[in-house]
Amino acid sequence: MAKEKPGELEIKTFATHHVITQPNPLRKVLRRIPPDIDHDDPVARAEQALADLSGEFKQWMTIEADRLSAAHAVVLRHGFSHETREELFRAAHDIKGDAATFGFPSAGAAAESLCRIIEHAPDLDKVPPELITHHINAIQAIVRERTKLDTSVMANALSRQLRGIADEFLLKVNHDRPEHLEAILAPSIAPAE
Amino acid sequence: MYRIDFNKLRFLICDDNPHMRRILRTLLHSFGAREVYEAEDGATALEMYTHYVPDIVITDWSMPIFDGLELAQMIRQPESNANPYAPIIMLTAHSEKRRVTVARDAGVTEFLAKPISAKGLYQRILNVVANRRPFIKTKSYFGPDRRRNTSNTYIGPERRVGGEMEVMQQPSLLDKARSSI
Repeated sequence: MAKEKPGELEIKTFATHHVITQPNPLRKVLRRIPPDIDHDDPVARAEQALADLSGEFKQWMTIEADRLSAAHAVVLRHGFSHETREELFRAAHDIKGDAATFGFPSAGAAAESLCRIIEHAPDLDKVPPELITHHINAIQAIVRERTKLDTSVMANALSRQLRGIADEFLLKVNHDRPEHLEAILAPSIAPAE
Repeated sequence: MYRIDFNKLRFLICDDNPHMRRILRTLLHSFGAREVYEAEDGATALEMYTHYVPDIVITDWSMPIFDGLELAQMIRQPESNANPYAPIIMLTAHSEKRRVTVARDAGVTEFLAKPISAKGLYQRILNVVANRRPFIKTKSYFGPDRRRNTSNTYIGPERRVGGEMEVMQQPSLLDKARSSI
């Protein structure tokens, strides 16, 4: 094999594929520091920066929940189309991803359940409308009532109950769609809180 | 112990959600990054990718116009004038294992499921900086080696076959891409 020159690609060719090795241009940004003099903790610094930002999270979460309600209102007025489905899904999907970071993990769990309904229901027009409405109302309630002392346990129970009902519905309507069944039953890879 | 000089890295983040972009920007700046470019959809991100030549791309999956998966596929064009080798970290609320496989097959380097944490993001960045994997080009795939396990004992249906035929030297596409801007 030819010797690698800096900045050049080394390509090994095989019958079915090429293996391309590039000198790592990012290697230069790594510094080796003896542990005894390393007092810098970038992760702790970043966590502190997030904590400093947390005063805005409630307002952000309200905006996200209102966006979801607005998308739902359009569905109620015009029914499901490609566009209305996509907007409802994206709004729920954003809450699924953001809510735990913003301090609303139960809202995230309810949004995940809603995402699963939108993704795996064979026909959204045949989903009981109240199933979707309950999810959206629950998310709104969790966001609005968060400051009350006893709401955390209640929010948790509410989102778990919604997930149970949604899963029961999804398992029933997907009994002859094995690829959806597999996805519905697969464990989540999202990091634990 | 290794530390990253974040101030020497250029990031491109792509997420349609302004709150998530703010979170990402905050995390990257507190790690020490100074150059963080932002796009709110895949099309804008691709333009910025060509223009700013970022070292690392962090993208959401689900976005309007074209999504993070399509962005990864557009970046991983072996004949592209832009750098097709930049690490891509997919940061997404999709939390199913099959999504990891789909992202991997689109050429994504690392997958990070939301909710985001400072530690999770730092580890992914450290991974792409310190443990660069070779790229594989087949008829249907161009991207980082999808096998992280170097064992030769794998005998499944997707095993690559064929002995070594030749070794070619080519000028770095990265250098070509950078000099063309």
